[in-house]
Amino acid sequence: MVENRPWVTFFSHAVLVLGVLTIAFPLYVTFIASTHTLEAIMQAPMPLLPGDRFVENFTQVLTAGSTKGSKAAAAQMLVNSLVMALVIPLGKTVISIISAFAIVYFRFPLRMFFFWMIFVTLMLPVEVRIIPTFKVISDLGMLNSYAGLTIPLIASATATFLFRQFFMTVPDELAEAARVDGAGPMRFFRDVLLPLSKTTMAALFVIQFIYGWNQYLWPLLITTDESMYTTVIGIKRMIVGGDAANEWNLIMATAMLAMLPPALVVVLMQKWFVKGLVETEK
Amino acid sequence: MEKRVVFRSAWLPYALVAPQIAITLVFFFWPAAQAVWYSFHLQDAFGLKIQFVGLQNYAKLFADPGYLASFKVTAVFSAAVAFSGIAISLLLATMADRVLRGALAYKTLLIWPYAVAPAIAGVLWAFLFAPSIGIVSFVLKRWGIDWNWIIEGDQAMLLIVIASVWKQISYNFLFFLAGLQSIPRSLIEAAAIDGAGPTRRFWTIVFPLLSPTTFFLLVVNIVFAFFETFGVIDATTQGGPGQSTNILVYKVYHDGVKAADLGGSSAQSVVLMAIVIALTVAQFRFIERKVQY
Repeated sequence: MVENRPWVTFFSHAVLVLGVLTIAFPLYVTFIASTHTLEAIMQAPMPLLPGDRFVENFTQVLTAGSTKGSKAAAAQMLVNSLVMALVIPLGKTVISIISAFAIVYFRFPLRMFFFWMIFVTLMLPVEVRIIPTFKVISDLGMLNSYAGLTIPLIASATATFLFRQFFMTVPDELAEAARVDGAGPMRFFRDVLLPLSKTTMAALFVIQFIYGWNQYLWPLLITTDESMYTTVIGIKRMIVGGDAANEWNLIMATAMLAMLPPALVVVLMQKWFVKGLVETEK
Repeated sequence: MEKRVVFRSAWLPYALVAPQIAITLVFFFWPAAQAVWYSFHLQDAFGLKIQFVGLQNYAKLFADPGYLASFKVTAVFSAAVAFSGIAISLLLATMADRVLRGALAYKTLLIWPYAVAPAIAGVLWAFLFAPSIGIVSFVLKRWGIDWNWIIEGDQAMLLIVIASVWKQISYNFLFFLAGLQSIPRSLIEAAAIDGAGPTRRFWTIVFPLLSPTTFFLLVVNIVFAFFETFGVIDATTQGGPGQSTNILVYKVYHDGVKAADLGGSSAQSVVLMAIVIALTVAQFRFIERKVQY
């Protein structure tokens, strides 16, 4: 602090508190709505204090879904989301770290060509190639499968760059020493590079966990079977019509379940999260 | 920059890049090439015959007032999301950079919306603003504002802007906070000694020094508004009412998946690819500037 100006400090706190409250308000209303009966929410204004239906609503969505919209049980959807949120970061880490290793530590024909091929994928998000990608997946028989949900999303230019960036900072002496001691490339990779890359991997994992959990367009396209819905898709499928037709108490309970795991990851692993966010954008 | 020490192997590097390259070929390059191919062809209603039509799909696209309107909607939407998101986060980050007490608590309470999927952000805000039962709509009606985004295009646009900005604030906030913390304290102190107050210091020192971060966030927010807000729109307005929230990405999806217009949708995909390429180039140029700073 440069100087002591109590009013300015007070003003700063006031703005921050207002910001925090505004940002938290939708979450609060969602929680309240998930603890009431549908009839209670349908009155305008809806109650702003917790009701007594917390257990009933959450049990209902976890085991049986909604009664009017999608009947997919949230428990199964949470499992599907978790599979996406774990397999995608794992796959991305593995294929990106080995390709970055090849590009940094070897000289071979077509090296730069491969590098640019990986780079160009940044410019081809799912959104711009929706229908042909869908066709490829259906031709390969990967609709409604975990393979279809995860494999197409594990190619990653950002992760490859991140590891490449990091490998460039690893001193050459380490590779030299390993070679002098007679270690082959894979031995060097396993015993020297992997342990050094731990923090980068952790940061990447947190970001990609959220990326995998929150996927929307992709599962929307390739899952038609209720048992393959992810939680985010499940919520969308529970919305059947105008405001009065929806079971908002159940939708909001599912929304709470969908938000909780990634929010916990962000809050509890804040250090890795911030590191990952800032570094993947470099 | 290249490594001085390298390993030698005739096959190993190829085996190491193979999985990544295989996935990019099958799921990125092949579909993208097909999108380009389809964009020059016309398919009949049953998908039996396909015919080369040259640039006809593109000509039809740019003669379609609906498509041009979608461009305008996208421009308004991304400008609104980028500017309001950046302004609000800059304000919050500046305040968070000032306070000593509770800085970590504020940070934690401001970053969690990053974890919320865009579609859920849309559902949350749609519930708050639901015309007949929403708590915010109720208050607005008390104030004499007739709120119904299901009928009013401008209100639907406002709803998706609010939901998108809400989700993106935490990202912008973290980058601004990092930017603010890297500004040398000595500069601020020198200005304070010369008698410049907090507002003056912000506009003459802090804001110019933050400009690389601001430019970077501008590009990131535009990319976000163009592509990642698909979930917000699909879960709330679905492009309506009328065409008032039908942004380009949503239109590609709607025309291709729901209306099954393969040629038209592919031509739209190709136009979008050109936009992504332009944005990616812009992003990398700004990052280079950021490094030079």
